[in-house]
Amino acid sequence: MSQTLSWTRSEVCPAGVPVQLARAGAGRKVLVLHHDIGMPDRLEFCDALAARHDVLLPFHPGFGVSARPDWMRHPRDLAVIYQALLADLGGPPPVVVGLGFGGWIAAEMATMAPAALHRLVLVGPMGIQPPTGDIMDQALVNYIEYARAGFHSGARFDAIYGAEPSVDQLEQWDICREMSFRIAWKPYMFSLTLPHLLGGVRAPALVVAGSEDQIVPPSAAEIYAARLPGARLEMVAGCGHCVDMEQPDVLARLVNDFIG
Amino acid sequence: MHMMYFTEQPMSAYSAQEGLKFGATALMFSNSHFDPKEGARLYNQYIEDYIYAEEMGVDGIMLNEHHNAPFCMQAKTNVFASILAAVTKRVKIVILGNPLPLAENPVRLAEELAMIDMISHGRLVSGFVRGGGQEQLATGVNPAFNRERFEEAHELIVRAWTQPGPFRFEGAHYQHRVVNPWAVPLQKPYPRVWIPGVLSRETIIWAAKQRYPYICLNTSVEATKAIWATYDAAAAEVGYTPGPENRGYLIRVHVSDNAEKALKNAREFMWMQGEFTGLAHPVWSSPSGYFSPSQRRGFVQFATGRAKSPRGNPTFEEQLDSTLILAGTPDQVIPKLKHIMKETRPGIMAFWGNDGNVSPEDARTCIRLLGQEVMPALREYGHELGLNSPFEANAPVSLAYSTDLRPVAAAAAE
Repeated sequence: MSQTLSWTRSEVCPAGVPVQLARAGAGRKVLVLHHDIGMPDRLEFCDALAARHDVLLPFHPGFGVSARPDWMRHPRDLAVIYQALLADLGGPPPVVVGLGFGGWIAAEMATMAPAALHRLVLVGPMGIQPPTGDIMDQALVNYIEYARAGFHSGARFDAIYGAEPSVDQLEQWDICREMSFRIAWKPYMFSLTLPHLLGGVRAPALVVAGSEDQIVPPSAAEIYAARLPGARLEMVAGCGHCVDMEQPDVLARLVNDFIG
Repeated sequence: MHMMYFTEQPMSAYSAQEGLKFGATALMFSNSHFDPKEGARLYNQYIEDYIYAEEMGVDGIMLNEHHNAPFCMQAKTNVFASILAAVTKRVKIVILGNPLPLAENPVRLAEELAMIDMISHGRLVSGFVRGGGQEQLATGVNPAFNRERFEEAHELIVRAWTQPGPFRFEGAHYQHRVVNPWAVPLQKPYPRVWIPGVLSRETIIWAAKQRYPYICLNTSVEATKAIWATYDAAAAEVGYTPGPENRGYLIRVHVSDNAEKALKNAREFMWMQGEFTGLAHPVWSSPSGYFSPSQRRGFVQFATGRAKSPRGNPTFEEQLDSTLILAGTPDQVIPKLKHIMKETRPGIMAFWGNDGNVSPEDARTCIRLLGQEVMPALREYGHELGLNSPFEANAPVSLAYSTDLRPVAAAAAE
């Protein structure tokens, strides 16, 4: 099924913070929150969502596209900004889909305004300390190694970033990494308090994880699914951390079915 | 002139083969390769060397700090500064420097340094550094806030030293409800602060604006002159003209009683696989946010193995040729050092004499010849050239204590 989707770009200013926003499609609003490594220009997964819904893709402030707020200190600050964005947009409660690091932001959003979301989808989410093992420390590996580690399939990585990512891409990854350090340095990529607040989330939740996720041990997704009331856990076999990039059609089907 | 002896305090008793096999000798190279019996032997040898250096007439002992690496055993510079405060009587104890961002509690640093200053009867020079990229990872502090932490810690330490307590400090990175240490420095207004560095332009400008001497760490003559140009321009902006009292220079120089032995021992400067800080992992040495954004493009390529280290990697012979390393008898090294002094005009010099596996006897010979022959000759030459140290020039401890500033407000307002 081919679609001529046109993604528009605009700048919005939730809570006074400038945010670049890509948007396409029509229908129920679906906010997609990208990974800590930024977002490539086109994503099959987002196109598939936009065929059925009104998809909003903000570029996280400080991650190379939207300007960096020097005062920002925690992913919860991003969650507040995006809640402000939803309040500005108005309309029926949206769906929030959080990818990896974006999943941490999405979970924070869901805890702070329980009535404000229709559905919550977390894909390989950071934000919780895994019961065994650690979230991979990007500080110790180079940008390409870290981005590649998000994929179980090397071929899928190459298809999206190229076998030899450009210097422009390396710079983008460094900017993303710097911002990740600014707001998630320690504890690294998790919150000590978030697990205790998940019980207050009201939106039905779907937690998806790649069985071969090397970045966030899948046991973290299990904790999310156990603590979010009525949540469902879906493991995608043979898939790494970046489920949206590695198996976009599988994820799109799961999410579209869940949104209804 | 003020002339110091320096050594990294190399952990020379580790297995170089294991290091090469692992591929890096900093941060992640397991400390299972660290033998504390050898550590005990080496630490005590270095203490004896420092006492000997004082006997041989050096003006000061330069100390530094690094973590997780065999090239330098000084995991805490204040420990050795404390030892020297007790076992030496005359030399300046020159810390170059305490890595401020690594401290979670700058007030504690202020206390320790005040104790060292008092115990040594006012012989401390308290230099500060940002700490290398690897040091941030070794201590778990956030590299993205390195520069902010450095400046805020510096402010807090100076205030702890000069502002009567108790007072409260609520900063962006450091928060203290009661600053009131019962240890204040003997030297007033506070111990001199010297700032060593190599690459960072921002640090040079910061040092100049504080009116703190900047110590070039073994940079080439051309690079050193470029650093002074940057320093001088920043100084002009705040209303003073720098002189030799603002300038320091560190050089690797091994001196021996014969040229052949000198060369053989000087090769030990290359002992850590050719780079004096060991095999620097390109990622660990430059964590994101540590370097200025203007250098980002160069460093991301270095981090992914697409470009050589921006620091370069010259061979031993190239470094001898370009006088980055000197080796020889006193008669051989003195003219070369005089040339460097004439070209770069420092009032402070540090002589890094021994590294790697230089034998204790040869290390002593180097210290003796530095103290008894090289330094006196250079002291005299420095006197001819008017290269006064901050002590001789009675330079103000910082910009705030200057009495000779030119008015700059009018120019700035235009």
